[in-house]
Amino acid sequence: MINQLITIIVALIVAPLIGGLLFGFDRKITARLQGRYGPPIIQPFYDFFKLLGKERIAVSKLQFIWIYGYLIFMVVSLVFLVLKLDFLLLVFLLGFAGVCFVLGAFSTKSPYAHFGANRELLQILAYEPVLLFLALGIYAKNGSFLINEIFKQDKPLLFTLWPLFIAVLVVLTIKMRKSPFDISTSHHAHQEIVRGTITEYSGPYYALIQLVEWYELVLLLGIIALFWANPLWVGILIALGTFILELLIDNIAARMTARWMVRLSWSVGLILGIINIAYLYLTKGVA
Amino acid sequence: MGLIQKSRIKSPWILHFDNSSCNGCDIEILACLTPLYDVERFGMVNMGNPKHADVLLITGSVNRRTARVLKNLYEQVPDPKIVIAVGTCASSGGVFHNCYNVLGGVDKVIPVDVYIPGCAARPEAIIDGVVLALQKLANLRGDKK
Ligand code: SF4
Repeated sequence: MINQLITIIVALIVAPLIGGLLFGFDRKITARLQGRYGPPIIQPFYDFFKLLGKERIAVSKLQFIWIYGYLIFMVVSLVFLVLKLDFLLLVFLLGFAGVCFVLGAFSTKSPYAHFGANRELLQILAYEPVLLFLALGIYAKNGSFLINEIFKQDKPLLFTLWPLFIAVLVVLTIKMRKSPFDISTSHHAHQEIVRGTITEYSGPYYALIQLVEWYELVLLLGIIALFWANPLWVGILIALGTFILELLIDNIAARMTARWMVRLSWSVGLILGIINIAYLYLTKGVA
Repeated sequence: MGLIQKSRIKSPWILHFDNSSCNGCDIEILACLTPLYDVERFGMVNMGNPKHADVLLITGSVNRRTARVLKNLYEQVPDPKIVIAVGTCASSGGVFHNCYNVLGGVDKVIPVDVYIPGCAARPEAIIDGVVLALQKLANLRGDKK
């Protein structure tokens, strides 16, 4: 019990540090790829503390409930990951977090936020089924949704679930809101629909959004690391590799439309997922 | 210097607003973002959203139409904020100062912290101006009204 508490506390403190550094790395790499020098790697932390010191502007009462909901659901899903609990529940919690984010944007009056929220809903529609298929795939492989069970296997998931791994890579791009899927809001180019879903957040509340994004990034990379959970450091290397791959894709791809995103994610993601799971059931004959 | 003050200097987010400039100054501001001057190495990012901005970079003289928009934008930027008038037009009205529709410089409508002279203001001058403004920004309190 005490051990678990310590794990939770360490995870809650370390995860945003790692997430922030990764985002700083992202900005640096992006600048370098564009032939610029780029900001220091700890730039996201400067941004974060500056935002904390800004004035609070309320545009709607409900907005803050949703933003705290977003934070809490994200943190709880991270706790599920570090305590190695149920993967299926983790996927649902992640879904709830996404919905809170959307409702937060809908609770304001800004048309840009509404536009972003509609697109964010399409993003959820695009990635949520793939994550569910991943949960099903894990069940088909291990006979359990528990993340703990993944760590007990000595053969990595990647060998049997590699089609799902490819599908999850697409999900990662959608979830990180990187090109070609920076549709509801974006990190680098800000001018299309202002900032989409986060248009109406300012000051400390915007800092909170950034904090959640850092947790989210660590959580997603953690899910990728599960594909090679034994030994875990290989998984972490794979996760970092995919992160760098995402940065590269972000810089060479242009933004696509939301419909195209849903079509791609459903056709590639779902077909790969279905083939993967069907194959598992056929070969193993799991009842 | 506290953490928040230091962060303020390190991360000024810019909102660029064009009143009725000839576009000369605007192009110079955009030049600051290009690889040659790369202001992002100082943490400056060009924001499209007044609610996320700290520094208002304003070009061109204020006319009767843009005065309302300018005031509105100024009110949407959360405190602490800094206003910089870029170019001669924004500072005083410049060559347009006695046009029938022009009110004059930006300071006719909202308080200005730093004036950057030049027609057009050079990118180096703009960066210098922002750096000057940041020293002032660091010492402003968040709850200033
Ligand atoms: S100062 Fe000169 S370059 Fe700048 S907006 Fe005025 S006329 Fe154009």
